[in-house]
Amino acid sequence: MTGTFLGMPTFPEAARAATADAQLRHNLRKATHTIRDKRAEAVGELDDWTRLRAAGKAVKDRTLRHLDHYLEQLEASVTAAGGQVHWAADAAEANRIVTDLVRATGERELVKVKSMATQEIGLNEALEAAGITAYETDLAELIVQLGDDLPSHILVPAIHRNRAEIREIFLREMAAWGTAAPDGLTDDPRALADAARVHLREKFLSTKVAVSGANFAVAETGTLVVLESEGNGRMCLTLPETLISVVGIEKTIPTWDDLDIFLQTLPRSSTGERMNPYTSTWTGVTPGDGPQEFHLVLLDNGRSDVLADEVGRQALRCIRCSACLNICPVYERTGGHAYGSVYPGPIGAILTPQLKGTGGELEASLPYASSLCGACYEVCPVAIDIPEVLVHLREEVASAGGAGHRVEKAAMAAAEWVLDDDRRLGLAQRAVASARSLVPRRLPGPVGAWTDTRDLPDIPEESFRQWWRTREKGKRKRS
Amino acid sequence: MSGSREQILARVRAALADVPSGEHPPDVEVPRDYARSHGRGGADTLVDRLEDYRAIVHRVAADALPDAVAAALQRRGSRSIVVPADLPEAWTATWTDEIGGGADMAAAGAPVLRDDGDGVGLGLGLGALDAVDGVVTGCAVAIAETGTIVLDGGEGQGRRVLTLVPDYHLCVVRADQIVDDVPDAVARLDPRRPLTWISGPSATSDIELDRVEGVHGPRTLEVLIVG
Repeated sequence: MTGTFLGMPTFPEAARAATADAQLRHNLRKATHTIRDKRAEAVGELDDWTRLRAAGKAVKDRTLRHLDHYLEQLEASVTAAGGQVHWAADAAEANRIVTDLVRATGERELVKVKSMATQEIGLNEALEAAGITAYETDLAELIVQLGDDLPSHILVPAIHRNRAEIREIFLREMAAWGTAAPDGLTDDPRALADAARVHLREKFLSTKVAVSGANFAVAETGTLVVLESEGNGRMCLTLPETLISVVGIEKTIPTWDDLDIFLQTLPRSSTGERMNPYTSTWTGVTPGDGPQEFHLVLLDNGRSDVLADEVGRQALRCIRCSACLNICPVYERTGGHAYGSVYPGPIGAILTPQLKGTGGELEASLPYASSLCGACYEVCPVAIDIPEVLVHLREEVASAGGAGHRVEKAAMAAAEWVLDDDRRLGLAQRAVASARSLVPRRLPGPVGAWTDTRDLPDIPEESFRQWWRTREKGKRKRS
Repeated sequence: MSGSREQILARVRAALADVPSGEHPPDVEVPRDYARSHGRGGADTLVDRLEDYRAIVHRVAADALPDAVAAALQRRGSRSIVVPADLPEAWTATWTDEIGGGADMAAAGAPVLRDDGDGVGLGLGLGALDAVDGVVTGCAVAIAETGTIVLDGGEGQGRRVLTLVPDYHLCVVRADQIVDDVPDAVARLDPRRPLTWISGPSATSDIELDRVEGVHGPRTLEVLIVG
């Protein structure tokens, strides 16, 4: 794998390229609309949805406000159940811990369950540098890995690929990684899924080490929970001798009973199903059943910084359902790669700048990758007020300075002067309308930065006010 | 790595400076007024939900279970199956009688493989599990509202691997194991056991969001609801 999010262009640059790609926009539109309709139907079945949402929000808030307490409790529970707990302050430390654990087994290969946390820390690349091969086993992650590509969606990482592209990738790359794609492979999804089944089966049946993330970690009992669809998760969590789970510290929930909320809200929010096909839970090790060695790596990597921001802290409630991506008009048009980060879409626009700070150009651009329409907040099953955090982060970016922002402030002051007075507004509108043929695609001078990232709207022949006045006059004449 | 442990905990505590020192976790109230059940419980709902996932479902009387198991395995064309060590022998007795002694059986080996660990507790190898046509188990709980069957490794369920490697899973659900909704199931289950929640057969929607049944787990789930 050579794919990396490092050095990705800022959102506006990447978005311009993505929105010009008609095939990508078609794929995205079809995918996001299908999922969002299914989600709406599944959520509509539960008449207590708003109460489930409030309860989920509160459970996560309770955990975050007392995270130190719950982390210590989680560590004690996992240890008591026969697991080992490791603490990783940052990505480098997490990668080092996992690499050392794999080396200790004497193995050079491992299978992986799809996990955002391990993508965030670049685990596959770190393992590769240490001479260890990590096989992604989620079908979409397999497509991304074989295509030497980057994921573009939290739930369906290969959402930007269509069946013809996937067939080509399988035919071209599978043989180099293991069992080759069968001759005469068609682009029928059934045939493609079968090819993946055969390709991965030999890996599942022979690999001794697995790496996973977790959707939830229950402090009270030390139980880890993984929700999935294909069964690749079950394979990785059950067949190997050693299991290593890399889990963000914010995935903790207090009690086993709290799960009943999220097992209802997560599947319905993410895939629009009443329940995902497979959910696995395990607590430490079980003699005679599954891996006999279990390691939990608790990952900070910027999460404690997010926690320190009282407004931004709510981003840590996220349960990675991706409903906010599927509803977002900006994501629908640009796709996930434009965000240049592991976490795309609205949640990525608030999580990435908080995890990494707003000092970088890419991170500073992300709080602006939104129309602030609020749809993401409406669908969020843990009620993260994404627009509130976006505005909060914009303030942070703006107060850090920059020429663009001074011009924006001046423009806003001028607009206030015009909009404040009815006569001034009318004059300004007429002036603009009469000059419409003269307006370039790109504004000159320092405000050019604004049109670098936006298409100038077409200016109508007359303003609404003028149109209304003419219409009223016409009516009076007729009557 | 204790250095990082202390460092992370210290950073978390510093980050939470705004939380009053006297506040305890239970002080952050969680409103638990969501429904325990959505009022659509029972076997009828379970059948409806399972069929929605394209699982095959039959309802049978208790005394007809062995015949129903045999009929299902015959429809499937199974030559050999695996069962947990403690699966009631009566469940598969009819099928064994009918299939036993057939000309193909010498090649297929024993029609019913018991995962009894041949006395040393190791159980069957992956190769053996990969070679059988299917698996027959019971379950711990079934959730009507979501069409979910939960296995907890308890009676008649065996190790997790048994219901994972074979391509066909025939699962027996007793009527008294059916609960209405997710909260009831969570309350009834023991988190110390390894749990597998199954809602229909293995499925993926990763290719243009077209649902395809079966990638890695059993590609066919058949359920017999007893009583």
